[in-house]
Amino acid sequence: MPIQYYIYLSLALFSIGIIGVLTRRNAIIVFMCIELMLNAVNLLLVAFSKMHHGTALATDAATTAGIDGQLFVFFIMVVAAAEVSVGLAIIVMMYRNIHSVDINFLNRLKN
Amino acid sequence: MSITQIMFFFLSALAVFSAIMVLVSRNPVHSVLWLIAVFFAISGHYILLNAQFLAIVNLIVYAGAIMVLFLFVIMLMNLNKESEPNKHIWMKLAGAISGGCFLMVMVSLVRQAADFQGKEALVGTGDIGLIKNLGKALFSNYVVPFEISSVLFLSAMVGAVVIGKKE
Repeated sequence: MPIQYYIYLSLALFSIGIIGVLTRRNAIIVFMCIELMLNAVNLLLVAFSKMHHGTALATDAATTAGIDGQLFVFFIMVVAAAEVSVGLAIIVMMYRNIHSVDINFLNRLKN
Repeated sequence: MSITQIMFFFLSALAVFSAIMVLVSRNPVHSVLWLIAVFFAISGHYILLNAQFLAIVNLIVYAGAIMVLFLFVIMLMNLNKESEPNKHIWMKLAGAISGGCFLMVMVSLVRQAADFQGKEALVGTGDIGLIKNLGKALFSNYVVPFEISSVLFLSAMVGAVVIGKKE
């Protein structure tokens, strides 16, 4: 499969995530769009790792070139899980204080 | 058209359609369900690329754990279509235009890039995505980041409890 197809797919998902962050006001939806962008990057990393592996395989049959990309994806998932737990705790705290998840209520830090 | 190509285009269309539905649904619960569909499509892509470990981890961690957390929070706050805040139409248009501009610039960049001409992603073969090889690399070259990530998890857990508890 040509690598361009994967790049276009990832770009489309990433742009949809950007549009979501810019156009929605619900803090949880904004957070979900950030997850979508992270997943687009993950998909691209795996595709590039397979591309790199394919070119290295032509010279050496037992190579493990490209495995770093997939481990990066693993670590991104680890960090995303930690990020979601803290982020949702912050959103719950914000809801408890102002009884809304509208991010426009947070445009000023005073009060 | 081979079966892999058909699968690729089907999964891509599913992913993009579900991602758009995440944005346009007014009900946050529907958004979460569409996002789970996106994650399933991306897991299908991982299986197509023979990265089985990541496909399973994606399903368990993202579609299983993280999305259930989102769903719990949304149901805890009792968010629905009526409580959904509405942005001004011009702000929506401005956001869509800036995102579309980003997409257009990046696509034209990729089309012109000489580095990507004729390059193929290996589909269906190659065994670097199998759990045996990934585990060997993870516990030999990447032991230190692995241990640090456990500390990160511990601190995230403590942080979530401290932030989330009542005064």
